[in-house]
Amino acid sequence: MAAGGYEYEEGVQSSSMEGYDPSYVPDPVKSFVVHLYRHIREKNVYEIHQMYETSFHTLSDRLFKGTPWPSVEAVAQYVDNDHVVLHGVVNMQLPNQWLWDMVDEFVYQYQSFCQYRAKMKTKTEQEIALLRQHDQAWNVYGVLNFLQALMEKSSIIQILEKEKEGVEQFTATDGYDYSGGSNVLKVLGYFSMVGLLRVHCLLGDYQTGLKCLLPIDISQQGVYTSVIGSHITTIYHYGFANLMLRRYVEAIHEFNKILLYIYKTKQYHQKSPQYEQILKKNEQMYALLTICLSLCPQVKLVDETVNSQLREKYGEKMSRMQRYDDESFALYDELFSYACPKFITPSAPSYEEPLVNYNQDAYRLQLKLFLYEVKQQQQLSAVRTFLKVYSTISLEKLASYMEVDVATLRTILMAYKHKTHSVVADGKTVSNADIDFYIDNDLIHVVESKTPKQYGDYFLRQIVKLEAVIGDMDRVKLE
Amino acid sequence: MGREQSQMSYTVEQLVAVNPYNPDILPDLQNYVNEQFEPERMNTQIVARILIKALMAMPAPDFSLCLFLIPERVQMDEQFKTLIVLSHYLETAKFRQFWDEAAKNRHILEVVPGFEQAIQEYAVHVLSLTYQKVPRSVVAEAINIEGVSLDKFIEQHGWIVEGKGELVTLPRNEFNNPELRRTSSANSIPLDRITRIYPLLDLSSALHILFGEYLVDIVKAH
Repeated sequence: MAAGGYEYEEGVQSSSMEGYDPSYVPDPVKSFVVHLYRHIREKNVYEIHQMYETSFHTLSDRLFKGTPWPSVEAVAQYVDNDHVVLHGVVNMQLPNQWLWDMVDEFVYQYQSFCQYRAKMKTKTEQEIALLRQHDQAWNVYGVLNFLQALMEKSSIIQILEKEKEGVEQFTATDGYDYSGGSNVLKVLGYFSMVGLLRVHCLLGDYQTGLKCLLPIDISQQGVYTSVIGSHITTIYHYGFANLMLRRYVEAIHEFNKILLYIYKTKQYHQKSPQYEQILKKNEQMYALLTICLSLCPQVKLVDETVNSQLREKYGEKMSRMQRYDDESFALYDELFSYACPKFITPSAPSYEEPLVNYNQDAYRLQLKLFLYEVKQQQQLSAVRTFLKVYSTISLEKLASYMEVDVATLRTILMAYKHKTHSVVADGKTVSNADIDFYIDNDLIHVVESKTPKQYGDYFLRQIVKLEAVIGDMDRVKLE
Repeated sequence: MGREQSQMSYTVEQLVAVNPYNPDILPDLQNYVNEQFEPERMNTQIVARILIKALMAMPAPDFSLCLFLIPERVQMDEQFKTLIVLSHYLETAKFRQFWDEAAKNRHILEVVPGFEQAIQEYAVHVLSLTYQKVPRSVVAEAINIEGVSLDKFIEQHGWIVEGKGELVTLPRNEFNNPELRRTSSANSIPLDRITRIYPLLDLSSALHILFGEYLVDIVKAH
């Protein structure tokens, strides 16, 4: 999500430093940063260096003799991309939105550069020479290391751990520092975890991406939810990574939560420059949810509101996808291609003739592997249909209905078990199966999955409500 | 050629991160990094080894994770194609076809010790998810062991054999014995919520008549 321009939020409270108000950003500085931002986005590297070399120092001398510029340094850093030199005491407080935008923009730049670099066909000789000369620019290790360094320098993981023990405050203050320090490094380090998740997904490394996000507990509110862009980016990539790892229930669970959240809150973002992006990601996540539910039909996990939206957008396509014929594969292709991240190839281009465009290679590979997985799950759908109708059935009977021999059926049933039971991070097996079974010699016993619906909660609420209604009615009688 | 090499170097490093169950992948990486001569040939060997180890990690999806990271062109290598076919057979539980194909490609697979045992473990895992009682022949096909060796295998695992040894009883777990499944936490309600309705328990009795056992379950859970 590229920021329209930086927004300065009014609500930031200033910390109690004598004389120095960290929330006050002088106008010339505002203008400087805005211009710097624009140059970064437009890739005007020369102007950026000019600004950094001259205007920056002029402004520093004039306005910031005693205090450093951590925020601008952070911005300048990812232009140089050489080393992270974050000077000691940083006592500026910046809005989370801004800090998120920095990290987000950084990853976006990397992504765009990779896309640009991969389109070799239309490059002029000049461009090619430039690329060759700066072949270390936007090197994947540089990008990953930079985000990693932000994380480490900020000690954000330790801060989050200490917070669990009650020794630190971070989430409670939305990341802002009310004890005289600055929020900048901490929050940048925090958002870098989301940045890393995103970059690893773009590279097709879902496992590592999820590992990077581990310190953040997404079952709760946190600093990642303080900015809508960060919230959506986090869950979108988390859900996508889980989809590729075949952890469908987990993906469905998270997509459901955020789609419901967006449904309820998008009206408040109508005026924001992020609105279009929010809507786009919303649509993409509905497509991903459709894919997940087609492969793992646990509709009970989906909220009514979200489900009705889903039916509206993809109801028809979903029923066609579950037929597993040629058309259904085309639909899986369509939805995946629409909703997937813009995958990138991390390596430098080959300069040998003939020059090719390889910007689609990464995407094509992920798509191919995804469809391959869908194909492997083709027969599971048929099994499901039959299991729904029986409580027990013999292998022989089911084999005849499915028009296969018993040996093949045994294989299909074992494959069903394997595909519907995923291995989670700690090595345990978890069932994703909506409908399950076990076999006793040659008899299949069907097992309905335990519904996660909260009957207990529901009745408690209804009891209390009913009591309130009766109370009201009593009052009416007396009057 | 330069491009392919740098893609490989990235791939191998990431692959190390991919395989949490097999820490002995690191020596491979070190070898790779230190390798000076014939780098192209070495790349294929190292990656093949890592793919084999990923296969051995099944049911974990390590093999797919590796494929996500290896460029399509590189996946065209004959060795990798074979491994992809083997993975396909394992993913779809086609054990007979798997062992047949594996036998034809012993020269590729024998570079990693313990391969057979790891796959047999995976086969046992899938059998245990699926069966309470399974015909001996099905076990034999899945783990590629017959006769006396199979008897030994069954004995070592402590499985009970019925009748003339035709039916094997596998250990009970929550996947082949649903009654062992832990109660879903969604059905247990925190005590503080229950206390809200204590003053209303007369009403609750009335509701009990209407809704019967659900309420009993809630109260029972505490």
